[in-house]
Amino acid sequence: MEDLKLIARIAGQEVALSADAVESVVEIDAITPVPLAAAHIAGLAALRSRVLTIIDTYAALELGRSSREGVIQAIVVTIDNHLYGLLVDEVVDVAAITGDPQPLHAGLSLGWAHAALGLVEHQDRALLLLDPARIVAGPLSAAA
Amino acid sequence: MEELLGEFIAETRETLEPLAGEIIAWEADPSDRGRLDSIFRFVHTVKGSCGFLDLPRLERLSHAAESALAEVRSGDRSADRKLVNAVLAIIDRIGEYVEALAAGEAYPEGGDEALILALEDNEVEAPEPTPAVVAQQQSAPRAPARSIRLPVELLDRMMAGVSDMVLARNELSRRLRERGGDAIVDTAFERLSACVAEMRESITRTRMQRIDGLFSALPRMVRDLSAELHKQVHLIIDGGDVELDREMIEMIRDPLTHIVRNSIDHGIEGPADRAASAKPVAGTLRVDARQSGNQILIEVADDGRGIDDEKLLAKAITAGIVTRERAQRMDRQERLELIFAAGLSTAQAVTAISGRGVGMDVVRANVERIGGTVEIDTTLGRGTRLTLRVPMTLTIIPALTFAVGSELFAIPRGAVDEIVRSYGGSVEVETVGSATVARIRGDRVPVVDLAKLLGMQGYAPAGRSILVVVRASSGERYALAVDSVQDHEELVVKPAAPAIMATGVYAGTTLPDNGRPMLLINPAGVAQVAGVRAPDAAIPANAEAEETRIETVPTLLFRACDGAVRAIRLSLVERIEDVAASAVARAGGRLRLSHDGRILPLFGCDAAMPDRDGRVRVLLLGDGTTEIAYAIGEVIDIHALPPGFMPAAEPGPIAGVMLVQDVQVELVDSFWLFAQVGDGGAVAERPLCLIDGSDAWMREVLRPIIEQAGYRVAYSADGAGSVQPVAVFSLDGEAAAQVGDTPVICLRIAAEQAGSAAGSIYRYDRHGLIAALAAAQGRR
Repeated sequence: MEDLKLIARIAGQEVALSADAVESVVEIDAITPVPLAAAHIAGLAALRSRVLTIIDTYAALELGRSSREGVIQAIVVTIDNHLYGLLVDEVVDVAAITGDPQPLHAGLSLGWAHAALGLVEHQDRALLLLDPARIVAGPLSAAA
Repeated sequence: MEELLGEFIAETRETLEPLAGEIIAWEADPSDRGRLDSIFRFVHTVKGSCGFLDLPRLERLSHAAESALAEVRSGDRSADRKLVNAVLAIIDRIGEYVEALAAGEAYPEGGDEALILALEDNEVEAPEPTPAVVAQQQSAPRAPARSIRLPVELLDRMMAGVSDMVLARNELSRRLRERGGDAIVDTAFERLSACVAEMRESITRTRMQRIDGLFSALPRMVRDLSAELHKQVHLIIDGGDVELDREMIEMIRDPLTHIVRNSIDHGIEGPADRAASAKPVAGTLRVDARQSGNQILIEVADDGRGIDDEKLLAKAITAGIVTRERAQRMDRQERLELIFAAGLSTAQAVTAISGRGVGMDVVRANVERIGGTVEIDTTLGRGTRLTLRVPMTLTIIPALTFAVGSELFAIPRGAVDEIVRSYGGSVEVETVGSATVARIRGDRVPVVDLAKLLGMQGYAPAGRSILVVVRASSGERYALAVDSVQDHEELVVKPAAPAIMATGVYAGTTLPDNGRPMLLINPAGVAQVAGVRAPDAAIPANAEAEETRIETVPTLLFRACDGAVRAIRLSLVERIEDVAASAVARAGGRLRLSHDGRILPLFGCDAAMPDRDGRVRVLLLGDGTTEIAYAIGEVIDIHALPPGFMPAAEPGPIAGVMLVQDVQVELVDSFWLFAQVGDGGAVAERPLCLIDGSDAWMREVLRPIIEQAGYRVAYSADGAGSVQPVAVFSLDGEAAAQVGDTPVICLRIAAEQAGSAAGSIYRYDRHGLIAALAAAQGRR
C-alpha cells in the first residue's frame, strides 16, 4: 500500500507523488481566479460540494505558467485540512514503487529542488518524487 | 471495529444506568409490563450488537435472557421471583463484562452456564442476586432513551452529502428548465426539492448543541478562582438551553472563559472593599444566553467596581496607544472601547489570573473572526456588562453578492450599511488628489474601487458603478465601488487555503448554487489593504464645533477651469482680474501669464482655458514677495474654512477637502503653489518653523497661522534643507525633533498653566504664539 505512487507529467517531465497523499484525480474546466493571491494559486474550482484551491504547478516549480486551456487534469490532495488541486499535464499511471527515495546529486533548478524528496526508480527510469505540500507552499522566492 | 466496540460500550453503559432503577422496580412488581418491556429491549439490543461484534459469551447470555423474557411477554410463563433473580444476575453479568471490555481486560471464564441454567423453568436454585441491590420504588417507568450517539465526522459527512445533493438538484433544475415544461416531471421535481430542503435543514440542526456544555464548566471555574482570590462570587447562569452550532461553541469557549476570569479578577471587589461601599459581601456574576434573530447574545455581567474610563484613557496615553490630541476628542464609549486595545490591562498589578498580555484585544479578535461582536457597558462602582454577539452557525452567513468584472464576490450582509448608485441624485463622487471620496447625504465616505484594488477590469463605465457602503468590524466606513449588485444569499462559508487568506482581503470561500466557487470579501482586510483611514478620521461633530469657534480662516470659493469647486485662503488673493487669453503662453516648460509688464507663473489649468470672448479670469496671489496667477472659471463666495477637513492623500496642488453647504470643496494648497514657482530665493527668505507633521492639530490648525504670520513651515529637519529653522514647536511636552540649538516653543492644550511645562503657551493664544516666534527669530 505504502509504496503506491501516482505518476504524472508536469512540464513534459514524469514525476511521482506518493499515492497516500492523493485523494483523487479530477478534470477541471472552470477556475475562479483569486486576485492578489500568490502566482502559484491558479484559483478555485468546485469538487462536488467542496472547494478546491487550484495550484499552478508550473508556477510552484518556477517553470512559468500552467496551461489553462480547456479541460485540465488535477491531482486532488489534502494538506492541513485544505483541499488542493495540482494542475498537471496528464496523469500517466499508478504503480507500486519499492525502495526509499534516493538523494539526488544532480543540480536541479531551484523550483524542482524545493519540491523534490528524492529519486525513485520505475521501469528502469529515474523519477523525481515530489512532495505535494511543498508544491502547495509555492516557490521559495515567494515565501521569502 | 475498535470504534464500533467503543460505541457499544458507551451505549450499554448509558442504558444500564437507568435500567438499574427499572430492574429494582420490576423486582418489586414482576407483573409490571412496561418495565418488563424495557428490560427485554435492553437484552435484545445487547444480543444484536454482540452478534455483530463477535462477543459470543455476551451473545449467549443475552440470548438466554431474551428467550426467557419473551416467554413471559407472550404469557407462556409468569415472572416469578426465581426468574427475576436469574435475569438480574444476567444483567449484572453483562454490566461486569462490558466494564471488563472497556478496561481491555479479559473477563474470568466460567459461570455463564449456571446463570443460563437458572433461567430455565425448573427447580435448579438460582444464585442470589447481589445483595447490594436495595429495593427502591420508582413511581413511573422511565421513558426509553430516544437519542443515539454519532461521531461528529459522520455528521460532517452527512452535511457534505446534503450539500452535494443540493448542487445536484440545482443542476437538474437547470437541465429541466432547458428542456421545457413537462408538468408531471416538474411536480415530481418540486417534491424532491422540498425534501432536499427539509433534509438540509434537519442536518443543519444536528450540528446544533445546547450552550449548556459551554456553561457547565463555569461554576467550577468561578469557585476555584474566587477561592484563590479570596473573593465571594455568586454565579447565576441562565439560558443554557439556547442552541448554537457546535463549532461555534468551541470558538467562543476561550473568549467567554477570559471574560469571566476578568470579571472576577478585576471586576468584583474583595469582601472588605464591597462592605465598605455598602454592597453585599458576595459579588454577583450573571452569565446569560439568549437568541435574537439568527444571532446568539451572551452577556456576562458583574456588580463589581466597573471600569474607570478616565483611568483607562490615562493608561492608554502612557502606553502610547492614543495621542493626547486624539484623547481629547474621545467620548465615553470610545474611551471604554480602549479596553479592547492591544497591550492595555486595567489591573493594578498583573495577577496570575488575567492580565498576562493576552487581553481583551484577543477576545475581540477571536469573536470577530467568527463574525461576532463584543460590546461593553459599565457604570463606575456598579458593575460591568460585556455582551458577545455571535451568529448562530459558523458556516451559513447571509451575504450580498456582487460582480466585479467577470467575477462574483460576496460580502457579509452584516457589514453592509447601504447600497447606492454612484450616479444617483443623493450621491456625488469626487476625486481628491489621488483618492476618491463619495458624499452621501452630507457624509464623506472614502471610495475603494474593488476592480482596481484586485487588479481586475471592471465593466461599469467610469462614474456608473454601484457603491456598497461598508462598515468594517475595525470601525472604518467606506464605499466599495462594484460593477453591479447581484443578490442576497445565504452562503455556506468555508475557510480558504492559507495562501488565499494571506492576501488579507478574503474571509473565506463559498460555493453558491451555480456550482462555481466564490470568494467572500473581508471588509476589514480590504480597508487595510486599500489604506482607508482608521477610525481617527471620524472626529465627533461636537469636538469640531468647539474648535470652529476658536479658529476660522476665510477662504475664497471659486469654480475652477475644470468645473470643480475649490477654495483658497482669502488672505493670499491680492486681486481678481480678467486678462487677455493671448497673454497666456506656454513658455519655459509651464504656462505663464504676462501681466503689467511682469511674467507670472499660471496655475489652475492645463491646456483647456475657459475662454470668455478672449478673456481669462485669474486670481493674482501673493505672499508678500512672490506673485502667481491662478486661472478660474468664476468666483462663488467667501466662506470660513472649518479647521477639521480631510487632508489629501498626497502632497500636491490640493491640501485637502472640506464640506461647504453639502458640497465637497477642494482647498488649494497655497504653500505648494508658491513652492512650485521655483524662485528659490524668494521662498527661502521666509523664515522657517518646524512642526510635527504627524500631529493633526499642528498640521491643520497651527500651520496656517504660522504661514499667515509670514513663516514657512516644514515637518522635519530634512524638509528644511540647509535652512536653519527659527523655532521648533512642541505640544504638551511631546518630544520635538531637536534641531541643533533651535529654540523650542512649547504649547499646551489646557488654557491654564497648571501641570504644564513652565513657559508654555496656550495653543490658541495667537498673540503669544506669534510673539514667541518673533522672539525666536530675533535671537537668531
